Amino acid sequence: MEASSYVINVKDLVKKFGDFTANDRLTFHVKRGEIFGFLGANGAGKTTAIKILCGLSVPTSGFVEVSGYNVKTQSEKVKSSIGYMSQKFSLYDDLTVFENIRLFGTIYGLSSGEIKERSADMLSRLGIEEQRNRLIGTLSLGWKQKLAFSVAVLHRPKIVFLDEPTSGVDPITRRQFWELIYQAADEGITVFVTTHYMDEAEYCNRVTIMVDGRISALDTPSGLKSQMKCDSMNDVFLKLTRPN
Amino acid sequence: MRILFALLQKEFIQIKRNKTILRLIIVLPVVQLLILVNAATLEMNNLQIAVYDNDDSALSSRLVSELDASPFFRMSASPPNVESGISQIEEGTVDFLLVITDGFEKDALAGNTSRVQLLANAINSQQAQLGFAYLQQVAHRSMKNFAVEMQGIVPESKISTTSAFWYNPELNYKFFMVPGILVVLVSVVGMFLTSMNLVREKEMGTIEQMNVTPVRKSTFIVAKLLPFLIIGLFELGLGLIIGKLIYDVPIEGSLWLIFGIGTLYLIGLLGLGLLLSTFSSSQQQVTFVSYFFLLVFILMSGIFTSVDNMPEWGQKVNLINPFFYFIDVMRSILLKGAGLADLWRQVGGILFLAVTLVTLAVFNYRKAS
Repeated sequence: MEASSYVINVKDLVKKFGDFTANDRLTFHVKRGEIFGFLGANGAGKTTAIKILCGLSVPTSGFVEVSGYNVKTQSEKVKSSIGYMSQKFSLYDDLTVFENIRLFGTIYGLSSGEIKERSADMLSRLGIEEQRNRLIGTLSLGWKQKLAFSVAVLHRPKIVFLDEPTSGVDPITRRQFWELIYQAADEGITVFVTTHYMDEAEYCNRVTIMVDGRISALDTPSGLKSQMKCDSMNDVFLKLTRPN
Repeated sequence: MRILFALLQKEFIQIKRNKTILRLIIVLPVVQLLILVNAATLEMNNLQIAVYDNDDSALSSRLVSELDASPFFRMSASPPNVESGISQIEEGTVDFLLVITDGFEKDALAGNTSRVQLLANAINSQQAQLGFAYLQQVAHRSMKNFAVEMQGIVPESKISTTSAFWYNPELNYKFFMVPGILVVLVSVVGMFLTSMNLVREKEMGTIEQMNVTPVRKSTFIVAKLLPFLIIGLFELGLGLIIGKLIYDVPIEGSLWLIFGIGTLYLIGLLGLGLLLSTFSSSQQQVTFVSYFFLLVFILMSGIFTSVDNMPEWGQKVNLINPFFYFIDVMRSILLKGAGLADLWRQVGGILFLAVTLVTLAVFNYRKAS
């Protein structure tokens, strides 16, 4: 196998829905501790790929290994070593902040002592200790997203998958959100993030750009810009997705 | 085990916070049992009858006064002629018109067959049939009494019918209805609440979040079904208490047996709820589909109508109708004191449906996600 510094190994991943090929022979590797951006227009096949990596969906063919486990045969082990946050907000609206933390903490096998300690730490870092017993449904979208991310990394997973985590939130919140992502990366958590905000792509260590189910570019943001002779990731993206 | 406990805690907190469902759980059985049992009655009382008496004899007036005294009929003013009596039926002011022809008493005294004519509004055919049967009884009795008084003899009767009503000697219709309404109640809770709850998680996107966690699907399903099993059994208990306190419905058989079979039945219906939720992606869809099943199950179940009178294909359909089995079980245990040995056929049916539905649901649930 490839060097063990890779936490995600994908080789010739194909996913078909009937005649439609959503992912066409994807091959890429993600290094431990890096922030890996997964870009593409709507419908390019990003969400399909992320679902396969998380064990939510089974690949039609190809090899996919996440944190050392094969997603086809060891999906339960994959699941306990990752965190996931989808574009659809996914904490329970009718539970309080702490009840959500307790629920997901317990599911990932944290003891009640750990849950207490980590939730206190997390809430003070976010600066919302006093919101501990508020219902999630009464919080603003920005706070919900930041909380959902914090809950997704509560059990210190090897990798966290973020599927368009910042869609629909204001620029300030997006910035704060990326600060949380950097904090997590500093702690050694690999971040796999899809987005279609090109300024966010600049924050990533490496990015891949998907077009029509294929990977059409994979490099660091500066590498891509010089390759394509563009000033910004925005231009790179437009050049790749609309060649004419 | 810790995970299951955490998930159960979550479900109960959510149910507790959902005020509408909480109220429904308490109010539904009370309202259904208090109102439906009294309203959905097939007993015949106070049928409007008009009599056109063309004979005007001692015998005919005896018949009329006996009808008047019966609780089933209420006497309207006599119409001046048959035609106006018929138009009263057409207008709907009376349900029956009894025509006693001239020579009624004379025929009776001469030992000939005396005739009367009963005209009935048969839009409600059951009411018309029952009214006819009541009238026959009353007429028969008047004739007999008249014969005894006039001639001092008891007319010989070739066949005499005596009836004894077993298990419900007073023919109390409520004893028949309470177990049926109870089954509907428990089923609604089982089927609707479960399927709605699961589809809600789909709509909110939280089910996807659960699917990426290491929670086993079996654990998740148990955590979803167990709270509604408990609520269903609570409803059954509450309903039985209301039935006992308000209607004095007898509980001849074993309560353990009721709750035992009830648990098995609820597991089957929870399985059905789960199955329906795997086919639906919105609460709207699942409500509509559940409603369809509920309506078919209720109307076929024998809660209002006798299953024995159904065409053969209908009775065959009932072999896969869980309501049919459980209503039968409830009536038999409560009114007859039936034991497990008497109910093996129904319990077998419920067991078969429970195993089939839960298997299908779990299989489908795994495939769908």
